[in-house]
Amino acid sequence: MAAALRRLGSAAHWRGFSTACQEINKSGIHPQHGGKATNLCSAINQALHIALESDPRSYVFGEDVSFGGVFRCTTGLVDQFGKNRVFNTPLCEQGIVGFGIGLAAMGNQAIAEIQFADYIFPAFDQIVNEAAKFRYRSGNQFNCGGLTIRSPYGAVGHGGHYHSQSPEAFFCHVPGIKVVIPRSPRQAKGLLLSCIRDPNPVVFFEPKWLYRQSIEQVPEGDYMLPLSEAEVIREGNDITLVGWGAQLSVMEQACVDAEKEGISCELVDLKTLLPWDKETVEASVRKTGRLLISHEAPVTGGFGAEISASIVERCFLRLEAPVARVCGLDTPFPLVFEPFYLPTKNKILDAIKATVKY
Amino acid sequence: MHCCDSAFFDNVLSYFLLQEMDFPGGKVAFTSKLEFIPGNSDRRVPCYRVLDQYGRLLNDAHFEQVSEEVAVKIYSNMVALQMMDSILYEAQRQGRISFYVTSMGEEAINIASAAALSDDDVVLPQYREPGVLLWRGFTLQEFANQCFGNKFDYGKGRQMPIHYGSNKLNYFTISSPIATQLPQAVGVAYSLKMDKKEACVVTYVGDGGTSEGDFHASLNFAAVMDAPVVFICRNNGWAISTHITEQFRSDGVAIKGRAYGIPSIRVDGNDALAVYNTVKRAREIAINEHTPILIEALTYRVGSHSTSDDSTKYRPIDEIECWKMERNPVNKFRKWVESNGWWSDEAEVDLRAAVRKKLLQVIQNAEKAEKPPLAELFADVYDSLPLNLREQETELRETIKRHPEDYPSDVPV
Ligand SMILES: Cc1ncc(C[n+]2csc(CCOP(=O)(O)OP(=O)(O)O)c2C)c(N)n1
Ligand SMILES: [Mg+2]
Repeated sequence: MAAALRRLGSAAHWRGFSTACQEINKSGIHPQHGGKATNLCSAINQALHIALESDPRSYVFGEDVSFGGVFRCTTGLVDQFGKNRVFNTPLCEQGIVGFGIGLAAMGNQAIAEIQFADYIFPAFDQIVNEAAKFRYRSGNQFNCGGLTIRSPYGAVGHGGHYHSQSPEAFFCHVPGIKVVIPRSPRQAKGLLLSCIRDPNPVVFFEPKWLYRQSIEQVPEGDYMLPLSEAEVIREGNDITLVGWGAQLSVMEQACVDAEKEGISCELVDLKTLLPWDKETVEASVRKTGRLLISHEAPVTGGFGAEISASIVERCFLRLEAPVARVCGLDTPFPLVFEPFYLPTKNKILDAIKATVKY
Repeated sequence: MHCCDSAFFDNVLSYFLLQEMDFPGGKVAFTSKLEFIPGNSDRRVPCYRVLDQYGRLLNDAHFEQVSEEVAVKIYSNMVALQMMDSILYEAQRQGRISFYVTSMGEEAINIASAAALSDDDVVLPQYREPGVLLWRGFTLQEFANQCFGNKFDYGKGRQMPIHYGSNKLNYFTISSPIATQLPQAVGVAYSLKMDKKEACVVTYVGDGGTSEGDFHASLNFAAVMDAPVVFICRNNGWAISTHITEQFRSDGVAIKGRAYGIPSIRVDGNDALAVYNTVKRAREIAINEHTPILIEALTYRVGSHSTSDDSTKYRPIDEIECWKMERNPVNKFRKWVESNGWWSDEAEVDLRAAVRKKLLQVIQNAEKAEKPPLAELFADVYDSLPLNLREQETELRETIKRHPEDYPSDVPV
């Protein structure tokens, strides 16, 4: 947390904040308070407005973004910034990302939208073989650090195979890109602005289930939240829970229920999955002696496996139980079986109890 | 060798005059003009039609007459599709199914293209072609079962509504990712050719879908593999909110065939007779000459993209109304069928009443039916259950016992 504050102090652009927020900032408090009640979709929209406003070399594009996007996240941008900077692209994900790489390579902020994370795969080659290696292969003569790929991911209750997937683990296997997933509106705005301004290509997955459901006080102005810094969002002593994105609210409910049964859970939001903040997770596990990871993506080869392996390496002697993973099943994302597939609160709660009792 | 041998003479001549060059694929003529091939020609690719906008046969129409039986079946199926769309759309609005996509405005392409095929022709659809299945005998009950994801759905409730598929009817299961079916269609067609089948593949794609890499890969593969595949592009003007002027700057889609060495044609997609004739001829060429064909059918997506979309946000209502009323493909075809004395107001009333009754009944049945049993969550990931899934199934069943309240009661465990 202290590190987070330091980073924020030096890197943050504080503009257009309400007075209250500015005071909070001057007194050195994290911008977690103040602002207006805003949902996640509007928070993203605000971040995009600010990005376009604060850098004349920034662009927003993707399928159907002009009229506001199928989730309305890009509403109003074309009216304010014009159709040369905010535009629809042809229906072609490899084109969108390849175009974005080129735009970024010329010193622009290329903010690309892939309509659903399920449809990012035609762009996989451009992301994995191109964006991720652009800097390295040229000996840092070229880079596409201005590229940010936004894409809605995750369950929505009725999305079936192709409107529900959480493909983050594929991208976490790719040195050279960053992978970021916010849990809430305030986080989304600050993290997205950081991603856009970060000098590396970033894949930013937005929990689409929360677009309208998650509402939080969001500072109106320009602020950034640090990448590669996890955050302890609930303190506890008996077990550490690590997650990201929409799954955190499910995990939080499990923590509340566990508390009623006398188990004190510490909940960590990883926020940046690549490169991830091992230290914060390690410090928490050193305190609690137990670890549970939860994500919607299938358990096998999920990013939970990486966290588990790293923490076992670092905390082997401190661990009092095997690391627990409560994740999606190893099946395609199913429509009518969605409630069975998902890592629910009770599955997490059961795993918490089993781990603590081990 | 004689010096008067004409081939030899030609070669010598062309060499000395340097008028053409041998290059793989044939001789290339030289020119001294520094001239670019224009991106578009002055005249747009014309659109083949048989009926005028009032459903009257054109005087000089090139077409093969269809029998009364086929014409009435085409018309009845168009009506049934239209009615299925409006009733399932309503069911979605009432929250009884989670999602729906209509084919409104594209009934002629759906039904008349299907009517021109043989049942052995294999179809790889996008998603706005349920009429092909309807024509082949997929029942309204089968459609409803899929949309409700009940235990009778062949997809076992795993996919969103409208993702139909029928092995029996040679209709590959729909997948949402755009254009992925197209290169697959070429592989299917190659197999038909190797097996010397009297059949071709027909694959559908929207105007938006032609921008995907898979579209271009598939045209090129089809040409190189001499694959008997008919590509039907439903150019309906829109890909969700993206207008075709933002999708491509070519004169539409038919012209793209040329670049890949594929014969192509543009047809009035709202003229069932024209679509029927075009597809019929295309499949004959594809099968007999082992060549792909590209058909661009001009039409309009009269409904919103899906039940998640409101198209009045991005397009003028007048435009929608014009295509819905004046250019309505169902009304147009009805006029022609009526003009032959094959249809009447009475027949219309009877048909609509019968289809409506059937639809209400199948929806009720589909809604009442149980969901597929839990075992279907794990089946079919592979041909048999591997260890990880067996473990996960056991664990899930224990969880359900502990927390039955977390799980829907209509899924048998
Ligand atoms: C690879 C991929 N990208 C994006 C989408 C989201 N999407 C679904 S339909 C659609 C538009 C398709 O338009 P078109 O091909 O013209 O077909 P139409 O809906 O007009 O019939 C888009 C962008 C998708 N399904 N797949
Ligand atoms: Mg279209």
